[in-house]
Amino acid sequence: MSKILIIAEHDGKHLSAAISRCVACARLVPGAEITVAVFGADPAPVAREAAALQGVNHVLTIADAKHAHPLSAVLAPLVVELSAGYSHVFGASTTFGKDLMPRVAALLGVPQISDAMSVESATRFKRPIYAGNAIITVEVAAGRKVVATVRTASFEAVPGGGNASIAAVSPTAATPAHTRFVALSAAANDRPDLQSAPRVVSGGRALGSKENFAIIFKLADKLGAAVGASRAAVDAGYAPNELQVGQTGKIIAPELYVAVGISGAIQHLTGIKDAKTIVAINKDGEAPIFEVADLGLVGDLFQILPELEEALTK
Amino acid sequence: MRKILVGIKRVVDYNVRVRVKPDGSGVATDGVKMSVNPFDEIALEEALRLKERGEAAEIVAVSVGPDDAQQQLRTALAMGADRAILVKVTESIEPYTAAQALLAVVRNEKPDIVILGKQAIDDDAAQTGPMLAALWDRPQATFCSKLEVKGGVATIVREVDAGLETIEVDLPCVISADLRLNEPRYVKLPDIMKAKKKPLDVTDLAALGVSIDRGLATVLTEAPKPRAKGVIVKDVGELVDALRKKGLVS
Repeated sequence: MSKILIIAEHDGKHLSAAISRCVACARLVPGAEITVAVFGADPAPVAREAAALQGVNHVLTIADAKHAHPLSAVLAPLVVELSAGYSHVFGASTTFGKDLMPRVAALLGVPQISDAMSVESATRFKRPIYAGNAIITVEVAAGRKVVATVRTASFEAVPGGGNASIAAVSPTAATPAHTRFVALSAAANDRPDLQSAPRVVSGGRALGSKENFAIIFKLADKLGAAVGASRAAVDAGYAPNELQVGQTGKIIAPELYVAVGISGAIQHLTGIKDAKTIVAINKDGEAPIFEVADLGLVGDLFQILPELEEALTK
Repeated sequence: MRKILVGIKRVVDYNVRVRVKPDGSGVATDGVKMSVNPFDEIALEEALRLKERGEAAEIVAVSVGPDDAQQQLRTALAMGADRAILVKVTESIEPYTAAQALLAVVRNEKPDIVILGKQAIDDDAAQTGPMLAALWDRPQATFCSKLEVKGGVATIVREVDAGLETIEVDLPCVISADLRLNEPRYVKLPDIMKAKKKPLDVTDLAALGVSIDRGLATVLTEAPKPRAKGVIVKDVGELVDALRKKGLVS
């Protein structure tokens, strides 16, 4: 039997959609018994969402004002304490998970698996390297704890309707004061979340300016889609960093991905290749984005986008 | 005055499209152009800027890798690092072992700040920074896009999924550099000549008392499954028809 501890990620109100996909990965581990740990100032509402995920057996809450803004240096010793008796510790491959899980693994004295994309056995997983240009199968040695981040784009979210038990726990490990939260500036927006949205429209360098990038938002609103951007567009200041899709940004798997004015560097393609349908709009018919696109349209985006909006209204 | 240690990894160059070996034993690296991991170049650039602002006195570049990683350390010296240390390893290692090797160097060198790339573009693991911080029992500031150091405290802006997070950490600390922290300088020819005279010490894991952790083994390397070939549509009308047929738009 495999006892799996998943470290929840949330914004204080809602559980991140990434955790549902983590649970989906954990369920594929043979004989999995799944526990989700929710650290927070007031973890109760998030814990209820976690308890409703199919496949979750137990939810642990760790309530403490210092977890209002989670810091890996503070969480890691507590996660290590909680992980006693578990065979696996999973987190999502988000900036939160990528910051926390290696710290946990090192404190536990084990190597870590980054971006697990498939479960071959309780100790064997696949993961991408070289921006997804190669896939390796890794095996954890017998008797070692499995610590991994889960490549959420590789797993479908689990359905709700579950009814796991919820229990409060109070780990006592000493936590450091050398790391302090100062501020979080998150763009307030009511658009769908990029990482979990079923539809995403992304813009690239060809948009040419921050002002022009507004047409990406317009098309996204028409489609009820989240907005993404290529690294070039973010570097040029057309879009904020949290919209970056690719090897060093977000890895996503929407039903529909529309790439507008994005040439398709391999670093970008690795972020989108699990999308069910990729649409590419680009004036360069030789652009590498067309090698992965299911539907390609060659032409000037500034002509095509207004036409597309119009056609979608009909 | 502060000392900064910078992690430098030798990786397949950013522009190379890697090929998986037919026997599944890894990717082909023979005759392939090798470079400094781009994120490590950003890390080094940030250290150089701290020194140029008079906020650091010495920059030590450290690599954990094969003998040939001396080439990448020479590049780091040409960029402006004062000296370099190679921890030689003759087989492939996991970030956990690399972090233990760096910890041993940190114990000898006692830096105030360690800066390294947020991930290496070969294994994409993004583990070494946080693992080193954990083993050292010091703060970590990953995905750094802005750094300010004052007295014994560093203030870091981090690129996180939600936006930008600012944290404050006590020195010594580990910082991992994100893309937009800076734009690394180009190396000039005279600097390459000068770099040949800078000290580069070579040591190895055994000398540092580190043994390779074999808790995680790579058993197979495969090429990814290609996506099915798509179609080029001639206009917006055809595009919307195709999307409607797939049920993707109403």
